[in-house]
Parts: sequence; structure tokens; C-alpha cells
Amino acid sequence: MSKQVVTLDQVIIRFAGDSGDGMQLTGDQFTAETAAYGNDLSTMPDYPAEIRAPQGTLHGVSSFQLHFADHEVLTPGDSPNVLVAMNPAALKANIGLMAPGALLILNSDEFTKRNLEKVGYWANPLEDGSLSKFDVHAIALTSQTVDALKEFELTRKEAERSKNMYALGLLSWLYSRPTDSARQFLQKKFAKKPEVLAANLAALEAGWSFGETTEIFSVHYEIKPSSPKPGTYRYITGNIATAYGLIAASVKSGLPLFLGSYPITPATDILHELAKHKNFGVRTFQAEDEIAGIGSAIGAAYGGMLAVTTTSGPGIALKSEAIGLAVALELPVIIIDVQRGGPSTGLPTKTEQADLLQVMFGRNGESPVPIVAAQSPADCFNAAVEAARIAVKYRTPVFLLTDGALANGAEPWLLPKLEELPGIDPDFLLEPNHEIDGVQVLWPFKRDPETLARPWIRPGTPGLEHRIGGIEKADGTGNISYEANNHDLMVRLRAAKVAGIAREVPNMFIDDPTGDAELLVLGWGSTYGPIGAACEVLRKEGVKVAQGHLRLLNPFPADTEQVLKRYKQVLIPEMNLGQLSLLIRGKYLVDAMSLTKVAGQPFKSTEIIDAIKGVISNG
Amino acid sequence: MAESFASLALVPKATEPLTAKQFKTDQEVRWCPGCGDYAILAAVQAFLPELGVKRENIAIISGIGCSSRFPYYVDTYGMHSIHGRAPAIATGLSTTRPDMSVWVVTGDGDALSIGGNHLIHAMRRNVNLKILLFNNRIYGLTKGQYSPTSEEGKITKSTPYGSLDHPFNPVSVALGVECTFVARTIDSDRKHLTETLRAAAAHEGTAIVEILQNCDIFNDGAWAPLKDPQQRDEYLIRLEHGQPMLLGSNRAVFREPEGPMYVAEITPENEADIVIHDAHTDDPSTAFRLSRLSDPVVLSNTPIGVFRDVQRPVFDRQMAEQIDEVTRKLGPGEFDRLLRSADTWEIK
Repeated sequence: MSKQVVTLDQVIIRFAGDSGDGMQLTGDQFTAETAAYGNDLSTMPDYPAEIRAPQGTLHGVSSFQLHFADHEVLTPGDSPNVLVAMNPAALKANIGLMAPGALLILNSDEFTKRNLEKVGYWANPLEDGSLSKFDVHAIALTSQTVDALKEFELTRKEAERSKNMYALGLLSWLYSRPTDSARQFLQKKFAKKPEVLAANLAALEAGWSFGETTEIFSVHYEIKPSSPKPGTYRYITGNIATAYGLIAASVKSGLPLFLGSYPITPATDILHELAKHKNFGVRTFQAEDEIAGIGSAIGAAYGGMLAVTTTSGPGIALKSEAIGLAVALELPVIIIDVQRGGPSTGLPTKTEQADLLQVMFGRNGESPVPIVAAQSPADCFNAAVEAARIAVKYRTPVFLLTDGALANGAEPWLLPKLEELPGIDPDFLLEPNHEIDGVQVLWPFKRDPETLARPWIRPGTPGLEHRIGGIEKADGTGNISYEANNHDLMVRLRAAKVAGIAREVPNMFIDDPTGDAELLVLGWGSTYGPIGAACEVLRKEGVKVAQGHLRLLNPFPADTEQVLKRYKQVLIPEMNLGQLSLLIRGKYLVDAMSLTKVAGQPFKSTEIIDAIKGVISNG
Repeated sequence: MAESFASLALVPKATEPLTAKQFKTDQEVRWCPGCGDYAILAAVQAFLPELGVKRENIAIISGIGCSSRFPYYVDTYGMHSIHGRAPAIATGLSTTRPDMSVWVVTGDGDALSIGGNHLIHAMRRNVNLKILLFNNRIYGLTKGQYSPTSEEGKITKSTPYGSLDHPFNPVSVALGVECTFVARTIDSDRKHLTETLRAAAAHEGTAIVEILQNCDIFNDGAWAPLKDPQQRDEYLIRLEHGQPMLLGSNRAVFREPEGPMYVAEITPENEADIVIHDAHTDDPSTAFRLSRLSDPVVLSNTPIGVFRDVQRPVFDRQMAEQIDEVTRKLGPGEFDRLLRSADTWEIK
């Protein structure tokens, strides 16, 4: 007899276990099933910095959160409705996040005295009533998996490894997910190990059947597909989207891509991904250090490549002097900062937005660099294309800011079409560009009157031999000049060039459905999701609130001041101690309020909702 | 036109012979009067036409220091970059532009102190760079502090009671990281300098040339015994591949069996044991021993010439070959296929 099906509009599931339990993989597969089913979704892994932390300990817990719904999903979700915990450590590490009434599926096999004491549970939470406000289902996931695989010639240890597939089967049943994509994945992964494949498929099947037959679950759930824009979709993380954006910019511009990079969490996956695609003419160079990462990129840019360096905050600090050189040389270089918690080594695997002022000001002298910030994992693609476009058009280094949450978070992505992306024209100078007394000469720093960009001159172009350097250059000729007035002019020209980008970029994103909100909640980067989700909830409650979002942080869009002054109040939530807020207050004399969080985790929309309510009630 | 260099096979050839004058720029040369850099500049400008390649296919990349002003005075492509980073920048250019002949001009502080890491890694990789390291054993541009090649106990403005640092021997450093071409020459010996440049240019892969250069303001006479026509022959061992290593009127280089090298009087008994210089041996340890012969203070037994010149795959070429190989295997990249490399689904 089939069980009753209850329809929900959204669910947030958190899979948690020991690093070795395969929870990231379980989460990924459940996500693939959910994407294939047609729900909108957003995911966030949360894994330890240690590669192999001691088993069963709190700092060895690896988690994966998935939020899916029958409507548009903006964040990986605040409080999960479901926790799958493979051991006591996973329960302890995550129970604080769970909403009252949440469903807990706990692997009772692992709740032994020793494992409990390892994480400081002196009484068994399955028995002491401490979980009474939750809907607890203690299931012997390990031993049930082993039982289900009795007929296979596997050691107990080998059979136990399939417990994550058993859990996946159970959850797939519980939320009516098709398991086809998981099966396909296993078939591919274990194509050369038929015994392991059969065992994993059997475990998946057994988990599903257990759900169907056990009396533990009286109902199961269904979440109807959402109705996104028609087209072909895939699921993508921020780092992969960034890598694809760079390849797209290379294809669009016809410039071969060069990446000079030094491995650093959480940016390294961009290097990994690009290194796979040499058949696009991509050159990846694992440099000896961060400085050589950008140094080689500057050399490649000089040589006429689409040059990129990827890093995180500590790497930007090391690259600063070379970024200043790129500013002085006026060469296009894309500098990607996948932000993490700082200062110093900080929190390598946790997210933060605290590098804004570093990339804005962190160089000697007046050294303006455009800054583009991605707002969601899939948006990293468009942001990378935009960073490349600005770099090439204005002959300037450009920062692309993403962060740990965007880099590893994932969401469905409507596949873009190359022809719909903006054009990127290298427009190399091929002949002398200036005339003196009837003689044609090269002026390497003669600027385009509109963009103020200087020409990009590829070495190897006959008749255009010239020298450039970090010493101040004479306007036009580019010769060394220590002349005071020339320096004053050049500093102002470089600043005006970057400021001028505002002329051609879209206005600030504003979502103000009634058009008469008095509070503007302004965000940048990955706060887009939580701010949007918070505004949506509040509007349903009748609260009038506008969401503003800055994708370009240097320069700000042309209408920024006008927008800010339209609202009575401005609230800026940031994962730092108020960096955008400082810029906005300083530049526009707007009394913006700050909501800050530096806890290594993205904002929960409830945190933003509470802050908005506070602001509104204080009028 | 002169011989064609195998190392420049991918660099477009000049259609007509170039002259030294064509490599001079309109910029006023601004080194101190009497600086050894003038002689090196003149030698390089006179030598570059010999490469037989187009002027626009030569690039000179420098860091910071007196020597790093060099690119401004040579009418090719060039970049005066930041302190110590020239090898990294040149690596980015060289690995993406096989049609360029890329030269690095650097000094003892630039290459061995602030830029030590980039220098050793460029040499380790065997990037196709020709690195000219002007060694004057002093920081000149900052007005006279000891450098990583200064002798111990050096009295300078930053070390009024004598420096404590043990110096680098640039040739030993290069050999220690298995650089495939390592040579030493002297600013004032135009003929030897030009021959050494020629050998470096012909080498495929990284070639480093230490040029002993005089700073007449802050460290005048640092290499005096090696430059003084009256006494230099008693100090210099002129290395020639396949030739015995001789010194002065009657001395030569010998080697303990599997042990260090030493200099001794030639006698009828030991004449047959004089070490014959072999720059092409793969093992860098013989060349390393040779580099340890000279005394860092009195400069006795200083070898000049090519210590090592061996073949090893060139990084730039390997990078290009790997791209070709992957492209042959996978086919040229197609963007749409890349996007669809993961599971996709259709929303109608």
C-alpha cells in the first residue's frame, strides 16, 4: 500500500557526517536528482580545512546543505528542515542550526559511548530527551546497509562504505526524487569495479525500499517543479562558472587565455578547471608564488593574451605591488579574489566579504582598479565575462570578487549562448598613432578620447618598438618623466579613465515593486540572495522595502547617488565590518546603516529580516 | 648575415642586416659616468644584429636597480618592471610568445635578493630566457648598501661595522638549480663579453650570464684584479670547452679523485692530470666544483666563460606541445560542448 503524499513548497536538507562518510557526494547526487526533477535550488557545502581530520571529531564534520522549492530559490536556506547526521559529531555540529520540529535522521549505529564521549555528549541524545523539540528518527543506517549487501562478497568495512547511498535512497524516497541520475553517476564512477557498482546500486535501492516499507515514516513528500525560464539548464558552482566565463571571454575576444596562479583555498578549483581545457588554447601556469602568478600574467598581457590570476585575500596582499605595475602599464589583467575569512590565514574554507577595501585601496599611490562582484554561483560566469570586457576595453587590471560561499555553492544555470554575450575587441594598435611635423610616430600613452584607454601594442608589431615601465610616464610619449605637473595629469587621467566606466554600465539593480518603499537594503556580491529572500518574505507580510544591488563597486553605477537619495533610509548588510558602508557614506554623504556579520557563514535571511524590522520600527 | 641561432628557430628573421645604431633609442643614457653598464650596453647593441631576427621580435624585461634601466636604451620592445619580478614577467611573455626572443636584465640585488625565488624557478623550469645578471656586489640605486654578493665584513652605509652576511656566488646558485646554461664574463672585456652573449643566445632554454660589472661610485674596483691587464692573467681561468683549464704562466686546475678541484703549478708529473673543461656534461656537480674554486675576497682562481651548456626540454615549448597534444586528442574546444559537459535538463 503506498503511503500518503504531502505536498510542500520548499525544503532545506542538511547532510552531515565525518569527512570520510561521503556526504558531499550524497548531497551532490541528491541535488542532481532535484535539478533533474525541475525544482529551483541552491546549495552550500561546509567542509573542514583539515584534509583528514581525526574520525568522529567535531572538526572532522563535513556538511552539505540544499534548499529546493517549487519557486525561485535565492539562498541555500537559513534553518534546515531536515538533518541527516551520520554520527554524533555531525549531530552536535549542526543541531544549533535546526528549526524546531525539524526532521532528524540519525545513524544510531554510530551513537556508541565512545563516539558520544569523543564529542562531549555525556548522555546519549537519542535517549536523554534533549532532542524532544525535533522529529527524531534513529535508524541503524550502517548495519541496515551491511544487511542489505549480505549477498555480495564484501568485507564489513567495504559494505559500510555504501551507507551514504543507503541514506540517499531513503531521502530520495522521502522526497519523491527520481534516482536515475544517481544510478548513472554510479555506473560511470564504478564502471571498472562491477562488484562495487552492484553493491552501491543495491544500497540505493534498499534505502528507498526501507522508506516505503518501514512504519517509521507514515508520509512522504513532494515538491512540485518550479517554472523557470525555458531552456537548457545544468547545475554549476561559482568556481566552475568563473572558469567558464574566462573561457567564454577568450573565445569572444579571440585572445588566448593565460592563467598564472598559485594554489590557495578557496580559489584553486578555477586553476584545476582551466587546466583541463587546454584544447581551448588555455595556458595554465602554476607559478612559484602569488607574485609570480600575477607577474607571469602581466608578461602574458604584455604579449597580447587574455591574462588572469586567481587567488584569495592573502594572495591579493602579496600581489599588490604588481597590481600597481599593471595600473601604471595600463595593461588588461583580470585578478580574481575568491574571498575567505581573514586577516592573515584566517578561515581558509569559510566565506567573508572583507577584501573590498583591500582591492579598492590596497596599493601604494593613487591606483584605481575597477571592481566587479558576482552575486550568485552562476552569476560568476557573467561577472567574469564583464571583468574581461572592461579590462580589455580600458586597458586596465580589473578585480573580480567572489567568495567562498559563491565559489563552492551551486545552483541551476540556464546555459548561455555565446552570441548573446558582449563583444570583446582587443583592437591592437598596428601602426603609428601620432604625427609630429608630418612624421608618423608611436605614442604608447596617447589615449582614446572617449574611454581614455591607451593603445594595446603587441610585441612583434613592426615599427612600434617601445618601452614601458613602472616609473611615471610622460603623457602621450610614455617616456620617463619626473615632471611634477605631468605626474599630476597622469594620476588624474588614470582616475578619470576608471571613473568613466560608469558611463556605459547598467544602472544600479533596484527591486522596489511598489515604488514607494522608504528603506533601501543595499548589497553587493553574495549578499544578493539573502537580501532578496528577506525582502520577499517581508513583502508578503505587507512591509514595503526596496532591494538595491551593486555589481560594479569601482566605479559605482552612474545613478547610485540619485538612487540612494530617493530613499529615506539605507541599510547595508555585509559580511565584513562595514566596508561598502564606509565607501557609500564617504562618497555620497548618505547616513547609511550597517548590518555586519563575520561568522564565516553567509547571512541568514532571518537575520536581515530582523534588522529591517528593527530599522522600520525605529522609523 | 651571421649564423642563424637554433634557439631562435621560431622567431621571425630580419629581412636585411641590422646595425648597432638601429638598437639605440632617443633616450639619454643616465648611468653615472664611468659605470660598467655603458660597456655592456654598447656590447649588447653591437651584438643584437647578429641574432638575425627582427627588431620587433626582441623584448628586454628588467626589474629595478641601475642595470634595470637597460631596456629604455635598446630600441626593441621592453619593460622596466618592479623589483625582482622580471623573471616571472618574462616567463609569462616567453611561454605565450614563442616568436619573441626574450632577455632579462637584472642585478645582484634584483636577481638574488628580492627576486631570488623567481630567478631559481625560471632556471629550474628552463624557460627560454637569456638572463644578464650585472654583478657589482653593491646596491647602487639606493646609494651604497651591501648586496647578497658582497664579501663578508663589507663596510657600507647600512653596515658601518661590517656586514655579517655570507655572500652568494651567482654561478654556484645557478648550477645548484641545474640551470642549463651558466656563464660568467666581465664588463670591460668586450671580446669575451660578446662571445659569451653569443653562446648564451645560441642556447635553447634558460641561459644566465653573470657579468662582473664595476660600480665606480659605491664599490669601485670590486673586480680590479680581474680587469687589470697587468695582473688579470694570474687571476682568471678562461674556460673553453674541450681545453685544459690553465691559469697564469704555469698553473692549472686539478681535481682530487671524486673530490674538490684545486689550482697547482704544472709539473712534468702532473701535466697529464690537468682537468679538461667539459661544459656539456649533464651532471652539474663538476661545474659546481669549478664555481667554488675562486676566493670571494681576493678573487684568485676566478673562472670566466661557459661553465655549463646542456640540453634539456624547454618549458615554453613543452607548454605549447602539451596544448597541441591535448587538442589533437580532444579536438579543438567547442564552447557549447563544454557547457554541456555535465548533466543538463530542459525546461519547456
